Amino acid sequence: MAEEPVAVVGIGQTRHRAARRDVSLAGLVREAALRALADAELTWADIDAVVIGKAPDFFEGVMMPELYLADALGAVGKPMLRVHTAGSVGGSTALVAADLIAARVHTTVLTLAFEKQSESNAMWGLSLPVPFQQPLLAGAGGFFAPHIRAYMRRTGAPDTIGALVAYKDRRNALRNPYAHLHEHGITLAKVQESPMLWDPIRYSETCPSSDGACAMILADRAGAARAPRPAAWVHGGAMRSEPTLFAGKDFVSPRAGKDCAAAVYRQARITDPRREIDVVEMYVPFSWYEPMWLENLGFAAEGEGWKLTESGVTELDGDLPVNPSGGVLSANPIGASGMIRFAEAALQVRGQAGEHQIDGARRALGHAYGGGSQFFAMWLVGSEPPTT
Amino acid sequence: MPQPLRAPLVVEFPFTRSLGPVQSAFLTGLRERTVLGVRTADGRILVPPVEYDPVTADELRELAEVAATGTVTTWAWNPAPRRGQPLATPFAWVLVRLDGADTALLHALDAPGPGAVRTGLRVTVRWAAERTGSITDIACFEPYEGESDPYEGEPDPYERERVPYEHEHEPRPRTAGGHDGRFDDPVTGIVAPARLDYDYSPGRAQSRYLHALAERRTVGERCPSCRKVYVPPRGACPTCGVATAEQIEVGPRGTVTTYCVVNIKAKNLDIAVPYVYAHIALDGADLALHARIGGIPYDQVRMGLRVEPVWTASSRYPDHYRPSGEPDADYEVYKELL
Repeated sequence: MAEEPVAVVGIGQTRHRAARRDVSLAGLVREAALRALADAELTWADIDAVVIGKAPDFFEGVMMPELYLADALGAVGKPMLRVHTAGSVGGSTALVAADLIAARVHTTVLTLAFEKQSESNAMWGLSLPVPFQQPLLAGAGGFFAPHIRAYMRRTGAPDTIGALVAYKDRRNALRNPYAHLHEHGITLAKVQESPMLWDPIRYSETCPSSDGACAMILADRAGAARAPRPAAWVHGGAMRSEPTLFAGKDFVSPRAGKDCAAAVYRQARITDPRREIDVVEMYVPFSWYEPMWLENLGFAAEGEGWKLTESGVTELDGDLPVNPSGGVLSANPIGASGMIRFAEAALQVRGQAGEHQIDGARRALGHAYGGGSQFFAMWLVGSEPPTT
Repeated sequence: MPQPLRAPLVVEFPFTRSLGPVQSAFLTGLRERTVLGVRTADGRILVPPVEYDPVTADELRELAEVAATGTVTTWAWNPAPRRGQPLATPFAWVLVRLDGADTALLHALDAPGPGAVRTGLRVTVRWAAERTGSITDIACFEPYEGESDPYEGEPDPYERERVPYEHEHEPRPRTAGGHDGRFDDPVTGIVAPARLDYDYSPGRAQSRYLHALAERRTVGERCPSCRKVYVPPRGACPTCGVATAEQIEVGPRGTVTTYCVVNIKAKNLDIAVPYVYAHIALDGADLALHARIGGIPYDQVRMGLRVEPVWTASSRYPDHYRPSGEPDADYEVYKELL
């Protein structure tokens, strides 16, 4: 028996901000969940199961927040589970929820991911004072900057590329009412003149620290038929992992990322992603990861990703827009960031992306990664149901 | 073979919590010696209050004041209190259903011994002398000699027919006073310090590595399958999944494979900025270590730079690496180690 087709019928996000001091964690997730329910015109009673995700517990210091959030998410009496895959968790959470529909375990599933970064310090949570270990010497960006330098050396990319990505994403965010950063008056010069933090990463090329949540309602074919607005259909979804550190690891283009993309394309019968995919929402925490992922995901040959960025292909009006929402560079509630990518891809093919809508988007890729390039999660959504 | 090393690992952080409207009213109420619950659509009063109905998922915002007296519904004796617990002397953990409430609150009961505690015991709040808007504003509960539940037997205008949950107490008709939850200077957030104490051991492989470091030697382990040399060793190869045992001394010199220039001061790091944070492939190792580069202006560090360790008396690890004076390594030699 073939899998049940999976449809995204409801999407809700909070307005991501530096700090949401007006709400508890429960209040934050509730906001996104209610918006997704409203979008789908469903009620709590219509939901069969709840699948949530967030980054490690140390980020807010709430041990197993899923226990306490069950009330807020209408999960009492229903199956509820939590997914843990570091920064990619928003994506893998959505995929676990989608599998519950595809396997016909449930017909309507609420999936949600969140982070309230203002309640603690992610950098602290990731660099505990483990005895005998050398302390991390570089801070958050210091982990990523050497890999970016390796990319530049390997490809010969001019050092101007990163600023182009940041300038694009921050302008795109101005069209997205949910984005955290709305930098009116942003110019390329401002990005290029922002302080150099971890050379080659400048301040304006880094992601912010955000509070936010994102929710989706996934449904089966019958649910999609009843939905008041167009559905986004899941054509492919995959997760891959690899060790954080091993001899031979390619941090510039990790094998797990390539394999994950290949699995998604195979399911979705995509042979030429550059031509067949209309828009991409990818997890770009630091500007240079756009060209790096363009290669890793097969949109450009090795060493050629930066040329797509440089020539404007990834701009809102380019022929492969990347992160029309403004991306992680414009909002980063860590646990939610991957799900926001997945949700924004779905919004595009539903034609519901508002001012950052890409005209005629029919196929979109949502991408998430995390844990020092340890975990990858991706899905490809389309405006039409998959053909069986 | 030397014993594996051990050391305490303390994970400690002052987490903050934004309370939202219901918890804000509850904790501010405690500061004012007022215990607030929240009323559900079916008329029950939940203490401590929650923001969303556990049954219907409805938003709950209607607050009600309950008494500071109540009844123990169950308990467990704690003979050896630990740091951070409500009382320093042995006490009972109790669930207390406050008069007017339908659910029980977890707290501590000050009692001389387990023989003095029973389910059904009448108790009252002992308020903390200094109250800040925290659950510890209730210092603990203490046995209470006064009247039985003053709400017992009163009709509850909100009570209506419903199916009791499993394990639920017999529905008791009672009332509790409505409360708007408004106080001057409300508490909107709290700091929740968390502390976890671990007894940490890095294991045999890393202990061998650390013992060698004490002699200023860097010793990795070679995978018997893929032949890669891991530094620091982990006792197993993450790619092949087999144990590693063959000790291989690497370095002391190495090659900078990539790096960044750090321009912002990291917390708790006493290093003047800017400085160079580099990945260094020690000669003979198959993956890079991370270390600081010194002894050269930061803007002259480059990929391929050959370096050697600089040890200090105070540090387990090389303090930093400095140029060795050799010619730069060719990119082809180290590109696989990037």
